[in-house]
Amino acid sequence: MRTTLLFIPGNHPAMLQNADVFGADGLILDLEDAVAATEKDAARILVGEYLKSWKLETPELLVRVNGLPSGWLESDLEAIACDRLSAIVYPKAGVEELYEVDRILSEIEKKHRLSHPIGIIPIIESAQGVVETDDISYLPRLKGMLLGGEDLTADMEIGRTREGAELAYPRARLAFACKAAGIDAIDTPFADVHDTEGLLADARTARSLGFTGKAAIHPNQLLTIRTAFRPDPKDILWARRVMAAAQDAAKKHQGAFSLDGKMIDKPVVKRAEGILSRAGVQDGAIPHETK
Amino acid sequence: MKIGSAGTLESNDALVTVQEGVGIVVSIDSIVDAFFHDRIEAEVRGELARMKKQNVHVTIQDKGALDFTLRARVRTAIERMEGSQ
Repeated sequence: MRTTLLFIPGNHPAMLQNADVFGADGLILDLEDAVAATEKDAARILVGEYLKSWKLETPELLVRVNGLPSGWLESDLEAIACDRLSAIVYPKAGVEELYEVDRILSEIEKKHRLSHPIGIIPIIESAQGVVETDDISYLPRLKGMLLGGEDLTADMEIGRTREGAELAYPRARLAFACKAAGIDAIDTPFADVHDTEGLLADARTARSLGFTGKAAIHPNQLLTIRTAFRPDPKDILWARRVMAAAQDAAKKHQGAFSLDGKMIDKPVVKRAEGILSRAGVQDGAIPHETK
Repeated sequence: MKIGSAGTLESNDALVTVQEGVGIVVSIDSIVDAFFHDRIEAEVRGELARMKKQNVHVTIQDKGALDFTLRARVRTAIERMEGSQ
């Protein structure tokens, strides 16, 4: 589950060594925008050593690499290739580039004798990336797609607002493409780290469109994102009642049934199952709230 | 003489400076020297051995770097030294 993915600057030892304490589902160790051109070598070696020294199973470790046009991609991959690396986060993704990245990764995996393939989470952050979203979603290695709102709005030469109406179309396209391909849809970070209310509304909008998670640029955003993506207690209660009623209906060989005066059929039961799944409810029990 | 450096003087980092010399010499100035001097030196010498370096002088200004940071800063400094004119 990738509900919360936290960006960590790749050349910052203090942040790297404490990054696991915040409770993010995954860490995106950043070699791209967070690192000055003169420090790319230091950052990729530091992140490589960090990955190789990592002993824990969680959180998931991902690295945002520099893209092919930068000329740094292969050096990045050489430095970070190890079994602890789950996936690379690939910036300004397009279909043709991702085929080439897949080829390079295959060579790296063979050379380093990795026990599992390195996944890719492309960042959709250009107009071209948005129109290619459907094709990208079915490429090999994909674990999800991440929307990059800042670069996308810059590419479109439009403003980025607190409400995010300008992202409605790319969000919808990405969410549908990811759902169809069975991969995670991860929403763009919310830029104002002090605006908790704005972040909550933004994350709820993403969730309502079908996103499965959201990236964060500061640890203090994680709890708000988790809150937005966690099903509402009222919805969990409703879903449990639906599931209980569905079991009774199945015993009576009923395909559809009524609950609180409303018809419940297969799509509604499926929605109830999804709510309980996202809430982590198993065997009818509601787990303890977690941070 | 070729010189290379990497890292910073920020907390949890180390500023590593290397230069060509005769044999291996490691100088350490650390905020945790009383407790970790030997471990820091062993980590530095281990990284030099992995890189097959036998003639280099290393100066470490350590601000509490963990092992992975020390190894990374030493390697980066060596690579920068080798790439310098």
